[in-house]
Amino acid sequence: MSRIAVLSGKGGSGKTFVSTNLSNIMNNSTYLDCDVEEPNGHIFFKDSELKYEKKVYRDIPTFDSNKCVGCRDCVNFCKFSALAFIKDTPLLFDEVCHSCGGCELVCKHDAIHYEKSQVGTLSVYDNNSKKIVSGEMRIGEASAVSLISEVLKEVSDNSIIDCPPGSACSTMESIKGADYCILVTEPTIFSLHNIQMIVELVELFNIPYGFVINKSNKDLDYIIEDYVKTLNKKILAKIPFSKEVAQITSEGKLITNENEDVKNLFYNLLNNINEKVN
Amino acid sequence: MKIAIATEQENLNSQINQTFGRAPLFLIYNTEDKTSTFIKNEAMNAAGGAGIKASQFLVDQDIDSVICFRLGENAVKVLSGANINLYSAQANKSIQENIELLLNDKLEALVDIHSGYHHG
Amino acid sequence: MKKVLVISGKGGTGKTTISSTLIDLLDIKALADCDVDAPNLHLVSSFDDKSLLKEDQFKGMDIFQINSDLCINCGKCQENCKFDSIDFVDNKYQINPLACEGCGVCEFVCPVNAISPIDNYVGSTQVFKTDKLFSTAKLTMGSGNSGKLVSQVKKNLDDNIKDEPIAIIDGSPGIGCPVIASLSAIDVALVVTEPSLSGLSDLKRIVKTAQVFKTKTAIIINKADLNLDVKKLIIKYINESDLVLLGEINYDNNVSKIINSQNSLAKVNTLASKQIKLIAEKLLSLVHESQ
Repeated sequence: MSRIAVLSGKGGSGKTFVSTNLSNIMNNSTYLDCDVEEPNGHIFFKDSELKYEKKVYRDIPTFDSNKCVGCRDCVNFCKFSALAFIKDTPLLFDEVCHSCGGCELVCKHDAIHYEKSQVGTLSVYDNNSKKIVSGEMRIGEASAVSLISEVLKEVSDNSIIDCPPGSACSTMESIKGADYCILVTEPTIFSLHNIQMIVELVELFNIPYGFVINKSNKDLDYIIEDYVKTLNKKILAKIPFSKEVAQITSEGKLITNENEDVKNLFYNLLNNINEKVN
Repeated sequence: MKIAIATEQENLNSQINQTFGRAPLFLIYNTEDKTSTFIKNEAMNAAGGAGIKASQFLVDQDIDSVICFRLGENAVKVLSGANINLYSAQANKSIQENIELLLNDKLEALVDIHSGYHHG
Repeated sequence: MKKVLVISGKGGTGKTTISSTLIDLLDIKALADCDVDAPNLHLVSSFDDKSLLKEDQFKGMDIFQINSDLCINCGKCQENCKFDSIDFVDNKYQINPLACEGCGVCEFVCPVNAISPIDNYVGSTQVFKTDKLFSTAKLTMGSGNSGKLVSQVKKNLDDNIKDEPIAIIDGSPGIGCPVIASLSAIDVALVVTEPSLSGLSDLKRIVKTAQVFKTKTAIIINKADLNLDVKKLIIKYINESDLVLLGEINYDNNVSKIINSQNSLAKVNTLASKQIKLIAEKLLSLVHESQ
């Protein structure tokens, strides 16, 4: 099948709702939660068994004070202001460090070497022949990108990638290698405004895409429908707003396990996507 | 001794800037000859690590003390590491008044230290 | 001027809807939108192009560019780039401007000086003025540096407003750089949450982030009647963590239609608007209490 990324621009539109439920009705699927700042997906797959957990690292420089002569070439080179020089060795501020390797390269005295620093944790769960992959960023860690790329290493051919909100670097990292993008919207002016940036992003990456209207309301859907028409694109599914769906989802349950009608909506969504991709 | 203060205007009667790393100017006041030098803060335009860069600059100017309202922990690390004394500015008093308070030992040590605004 | 920042952890809890309503109810004259990745506040405020006071392009970190006339195709730049930003396309080495982090390693290793830095405009800031002042910004899609842009939005607010008692700042979702940057020099952090397990999980993470700054933190439970059990869990968490519960707002069907037709909840009389009015009063007391 394929690797499907689910995006929305605006938070709260239903990325995780759509991702987790789609994953639920697919056999042998892998669900990857790339929203590493606020990972939520694993909550919905109860009865999952933790297969393994691993710490995710990135490289940061360390300094050998015996070899350091205090020339400050490294401090002067660093574009991120991650280095200061006060006594006799450079001082590193690791949360500002981008691990570019520049300081090690400019040092003429072999005084700088890279070592590992933790950015977060990767967890892989097993759930009835499904795989659930979740990355959680350490609080205070500024950049999600390296953790997301680690999460994506677990991707398989039948994958649903739950992306972070927005269109910044972490979202861009999440859609690399996707075969198709589902853009989840809700019929509000906020959602319309934000989805336009996502459209820009997926078009830049040249990935085929389609729309889902979540919390659909026949009086308000026109807000999204009119826009989608101007792009000559399709609405792949409309999931009607219902308090029951909201309530069940708020309890961390999958609506596709509880409600036949919504389950069928998701099967149709899956079929529509399969047609587009193949 | 040399005292550094973040400011927006080249005027000893103006207020001390609420920020540090991205303040537009630094005043370097030399208590020995009572001279004031205002220098543009290059760290203002740094993408990230502005506190670090600004602190490094002051360390290189051989500053003895800094008077400010608050500092990020990275700036504190650099400044304290270089044995620079950090003092808590008094609100509603001008730069000149704060300098006089420091010289009369009436300023407290800085307490408002926060975890910083991270990269950018 | 006291600053109230409205954040949420989880997206979609109602931050912008609540911010805009509070702004109307309390007649706030100083407002800012710090959700620079996806700014929305202007959609529900009354500012238009005529009220634009100033607009500035926002420069991010310099990125790098290869001069193909000087390039000898040695590939050293690509070999040393830790961000996979350099591609070999059409027999030329090229730096992808969206992926370049501006580290300068390629410039350093290039044996023929074929690589140099270039200006990189990543967004713009805008200040609108009517009887209110509104500072906002937009980050070009895909850029980093959002923290610095947030700081500029706040600075524009400070520079252009004097003598206002309270400013309300609409924040961004998540807990990353833009949120951290927006939390500086804030008097009250207002966290809007919803009673779902996802919401509770994210609430804990955002509170932890706000507490790093020792900011006075108050919680609003929006769509409160959606799930009474999870709501109880949230209230328990609030009590155990020494936070302030500012109030609850029930799910109200009318809100969607009102907001989407760009009306204000402050001007109508539905259940949600009544509950927000109570919250607005409590917020005023809380702000006055903060030192």
